[in-house]
Amino acid sequence: MPAERPADKEFLEKTASDYEKRSARVTKRVILCAGTGCVANGSLKLYDEFLRVLAEKKIHAIVELKEEKEGVFVSKSGCQGFCQMGPLVTILPENIMYTKVAVPDVAEIVEKSVAASGVVDRLLYKDPATGAHCKGTAEIPFYAKQHRFVLRDCGTIDPEDLSEYIHKRGYEAARMAYCDMTPAQVCSDMLKSGLRGRGGGGFPAGRKWELTRVQPGPKKYVICNGDEGDPGAFMDRSVMEGNPHSVIEGMLICARAVGADEGYVYVRTEYPLAVKRMRKAVADGEAAGVLGDNVFGSGQGFKLHVMEGAGAFVCGEETALMASIEGKRGMPNPKPPFPAQSGLWGKPTVINNVETLATVPLILLMGAGEYAKMGTKGSPGTKNFALTGHVANTGLIEVPFGTTLRQIVNDIAGGVTDDKGKIWPDGFKAVQIGGPSGGCLTAEHLDMPMDFDSLKSIGAMVGSGGLVVMNKNTCMVGIARYFMQFTQNESCGKCVLCREGTRQMLALLDDIMEGRATWETVELLKKLALAVQKGSLCGLGKTAPNPVLSTLRYFEDEYRAHVEQKRCPAGRCKALVSYSIDAAACKGCTLCARQCPVNAITGERGKPHSIDAAKCIKCGACISACKFKAVKA
Amino acid sequence: MTKGTITVDGKTIQLEGERNLLEAIRKARIELPTFCYHSDLSVYGACRLCMVDVEGKGMVPACSTPPENGMVVRTGTEEIREMRKIIVELLLASHEHGCTTCAKSMTCQLQALAKRLGIKEVRFKARGPQLPVDTSTPSLVRDPNKCVLCGDCVRVCQEIQGIGAIDFAFRGSKAAVMAAFDKNLCEVDCVYCGQCARVCPTGAITPKPEIDRVWKALEQKDTVVIAQIAPAVRVAIGEQFGLEPGTTTTGQIVAALKSLGFSKVFDTSFTADLTVVEETEEFIARVQKGEKLPQFTSCCPGWVKYAEQYHPELLSNLSSCKSPQQMFGSVAKEVYAKQLGIPREKLFVVSIMPCTAKKFEARRPEFSKNGNPDVDCVITTQELALMIEERGLAFRTLEPESFDLPFGFKTGAGVIFGNSGGVAEAALRYAAEKLSGQPLKNVEFTAVRGEGAVREAQIKIKDKTIRVAIVNGLAGAKKLIAAMRKGEASYDFVEVMACPGGCIGGAGQPVYKDSSVRSKRAKGLYENDKMLQLHKSQENPYINELYENTLGKPGGEKAHGMLHTHYSNRKRISDESIELTRPAGEPKLAVNVCFGTGCFLKGAQGVFKALADHIEQEGLSDQVDIKASFCFEACNKGPVVKIGDRRIEKCTPETAKAELKKALAARK
Repeated sequence: MPAERPADKEFLEKTASDYEKRSARVTKRVILCAGTGCVANGSLKLYDEFLRVLAEKKIHAIVELKEEKEGVFVSKSGCQGFCQMGPLVTILPENIMYTKVAVPDVAEIVEKSVAASGVVDRLLYKDPATGAHCKGTAEIPFYAKQHRFVLRDCGTIDPEDLSEYIHKRGYEAARMAYCDMTPAQVCSDMLKSGLRGRGGGGFPAGRKWELTRVQPGPKKYVICNGDEGDPGAFMDRSVMEGNPHSVIEGMLICARAVGADEGYVYVRTEYPLAVKRMRKAVADGEAAGVLGDNVFGSGQGFKLHVMEGAGAFVCGEETALMASIEGKRGMPNPKPPFPAQSGLWGKPTVINNVETLATVPLILLMGAGEYAKMGTKGSPGTKNFALTGHVANTGLIEVPFGTTLRQIVNDIAGGVTDDKGKIWPDGFKAVQIGGPSGGCLTAEHLDMPMDFDSLKSIGAMVGSGGLVVMNKNTCMVGIARYFMQFTQNESCGKCVLCREGTRQMLALLDDIMEGRATWETVELLKKLALAVQKGSLCGLGKTAPNPVLSTLRYFEDEYRAHVEQKRCPAGRCKALVSYSIDAAACKGCTLCARQCPVNAITGERGKPHSIDAAKCIKCGACISACKFKAVKA
Repeated sequence: MTKGTITVDGKTIQLEGERNLLEAIRKARIELPTFCYHSDLSVYGACRLCMVDVEGKGMVPACSTPPENGMVVRTGTEEIREMRKIIVELLLASHEHGCTTCAKSMTCQLQALAKRLGIKEVRFKARGPQLPVDTSTPSLVRDPNKCVLCGDCVRVCQEIQGIGAIDFAFRGSKAAVMAAFDKNLCEVDCVYCGQCARVCPTGAITPKPEIDRVWKALEQKDTVVIAQIAPAVRVAIGEQFGLEPGTTTTGQIVAALKSLGFSKVFDTSFTADLTVVEETEEFIARVQKGEKLPQFTSCCPGWVKYAEQYHPELLSNLSSCKSPQQMFGSVAKEVYAKQLGIPREKLFVVSIMPCTAKKFEARRPEFSKNGNPDVDCVITTQELALMIEERGLAFRTLEPESFDLPFGFKTGAGVIFGNSGGVAEAALRYAAEKLSGQPLKNVEFTAVRGEGAVREAQIKIKDKTIRVAIVNGLAGAKKLIAAMRKGEASYDFVEVMACPGGCIGGAGQPVYKDSSVRSKRAKGLYENDKMLQLHKSQENPYINELYENTLGKPGGEKAHGMLHTHYSNRKRISDESIELTRPAGEPKLAVNVCFGTGCFLKGAQGVFKALADHIEQEGLSDQVDIKASFCFEACNKGPVVKIGDRRIEKCTPETAKAELKKALAARK
């Protein structure tokens, strides 16, 4: 239901003070992380259990902050980032964070931390480095070493409660933009802030806006690109799930700056929770009069649609995304014309990434100049990364630009681990940054301050912000192949170089990994990769060869070992590995023979065993089984 | 409009509003390689062959880069050469290597490019197993193994014809062009115009050949084989033999056909004259009665099929006249065979057409008698050229010969039929005289000539103004009909031809890429008109003789029986309401029958079957959702059936039916 009249300053103030009054009745707050990771681990069951236990103990539970009575407020939040340790439960005001909470733990938490002010030590995060129990985010290194700016409220506020967002000064920046600033001023503030697009390219957002603003015509669009498709990336999902109003506010400000009256939030359909929360936020915004025909009484309207993408990676490319909104096959179109000139339905269009838009209100609130002081000179601000791979702590993090890889890997991620998850102090090999379109960073880059430009200069990119840490057991040729397979599957098939080029690069990598290659194969691979990089139609194609080119650049010796010695240094390429048993080390315990799924290992008990190479499928079960390190690969 | 200059490989080029760099570079006499660039289609930018190096910008595709004053362009750097080679090699690797037996051999752009770029080896791996070839239509063959996915066919079908019978499907290296759900072309809305084949740079879509049937007929001793040649053929076939587009080679064609063994060679322009008389009489009658206007022409089989598919409501507005090809077939089989004293089965009529849809038209069941078609075989201009080549005839130096009489005599009106606007002009030459009762002096209605996709003209005849529209390309027809519906436009006479430029731009014509070829062919036909003695169909003495001796009055009963046809609604779904979603409201009542071992042994299957049959018979399927499910954990009380929330133990078919009735009643 649209509001009867537009929201105004008074409305925002009243909403905030009402919220303040209501929250004064909250004696304690229990926040359950309801990000996708924690939900998958059962956090919604915990929510029910908390309500049950509180009722049992006759403690009044507040589920919606509308009540007159005092009580314990139990709320859900968006992703808090520490996904590996989920489900996460936070108790306020003590700021205790419990990790890996299960249903049977709830009663104890209520008893000790809700009814009283104690702590359940066993549920606290234990720092693997020191063994110390960390009580809250201030003590957990994963959080303490981050700078959560865009994600600040993500994971504390209730994403489905507009009033809590407003209480945190939400929509104040939009009101300023509509009531106190001209469109040109908003654009110039964005330019001054130096904000660069977080979707991958790093194009200055202010310039994009200004280009769109100066286009003639009454009809313009703002699109939020939430088609996050990189394997292992979930930054945008977390923002949409955890703080959907911040995205809407960013879009409102953008609409003001460029003169748009309609917008689309394009969310990939695999993010049902993000879709649901965005839809609810839009509906709430309309009901409150924040969105509507006359935003903040400015006379300018803004209609916002939430649209589900059909799950193609390429739809994250802006021209393909717009084709998809128009109901066409998601295929990129040549630029120029740029979306700013002729975008959605041929109208001038700004298309920004979720994280970029969520940053916008914060810039207006703190001032563009202040914002520009964060991060590095060329890349101001902070960046969200999805941290995965061989590290102790995986999850969603936010750091200022200029942070080094070493700080992230060692301090936030808690160090590199081996394949079994144990800390491996000198196990670091590389980081794949920027997803399948990015490149790899090696030990030599550990102390390089990371930003858009420094990464580009070494053949990598910020990309959308995936960070996959790899230990020394990783085959870099295999990694290149993994990403190539992804881009080949996801290539839209339009331009020859991407469609056929990625297929052939994949075939050449297979040749290398399966022992059919010569050095000429590698040279052809490189030539082809360069042609695809230079000649492809869209960003997906242009960056598809990056994993190949960057692994070739930093790990040429691994490629050489594969083609010249037919050896995979990491022992990962099955075709190049042959297993044998060191007779001197073998005790004849028969364990390996019993584990072998194809009965390739024979030998009498107590005597050295042997492997029949013809039968062996190189699954590695014997290596894992052997307690005497007698099986060699 | 961008002005100024650019430098192309050191040469200064003046900009004159070129849309893109590719066109500007052409002015430097450099032809960049492309697969997907067509000046009359949208810019697609997929083949990446036209990449050039622009100072300060690096490698950019010329087709989608607007020229800017001062640009310094290089078109042949080492990097560009290497990239082009890689692209062509990539395409060759995924392309079937059957060049020598391919219909497009020698006219294939991939083959030409491989030669031009000096590709000596393909360094990449071939693609997997062969995909099936679609030979389902009488007009076209689609071989996906030869497709380079340039998208030209998709865009021509969508942008020029407004149909979209084919499009892209799947991603990555599995991407393919196909009809919806990978159906055969005969099962979708393809009108067989063949424009897709015309723009296809390789042999992935080609006109379906029928030469062998012609050779075979020519060998048959007891069969008389005659030919009819469509107007557009005479100004295009020369291209296949190195002549300029638009060169008239009528005499050589006749001579060649005679050499090939045809007993008589006639002219479709003769029956075009006949069409003019019949169609304009029909038009005049409609104008006088003020009904079924505008009258749409019906000589283009692509348009006729389009109208049958998309506008069945307009079918009565189509002229009921057969096309000139089919009028010829009727006259040949009904009149000429009798004159020869042979049964119609022994007369074999071959059409030589610029068109692939004519192959389909000749096979329409209404154009045959007792299983014997009026036109036995349709070959395209390209196919005739192949026959001439196969026989080793030196086409250019053949001594010209004349058409046979009587069906080889035509007026200029019958010749311009091959041009967009030609049918309208021929009809106007007839109508002007008939309606005014005055002899028409200036026969050239230049107002209806031209190249636009939709053109309009108002022709004043005496005190009457005839509002004429001329359309080429079915997307234009779509637009025009939409405007008519909205009341934004209103006409008396509408000529529609599916192919750009009309028949001269048909898909059976020699392959061309530059649209200026069409203009030259059109000019050729208008010149033919000028060179002929007579320009009005009503002056054709053999037409008048045919009416006197055989057909009776124009538009009369006999003429109607032989020269007119009817159309059928091909809209696959018409006027039926289809329930796409269940009306919002209550969900179905869930009925679950336990099929756990206990219940199963106690006869759950029987209960299930009886209940399912009951639901079916009573028409309750839209209200009830019956499913077999597993153990309700009341094994000793089976069979257990759950209807809604109610659990019935020891259930018999009777109790189940009774409970179901109760549950449904309760819902209401």
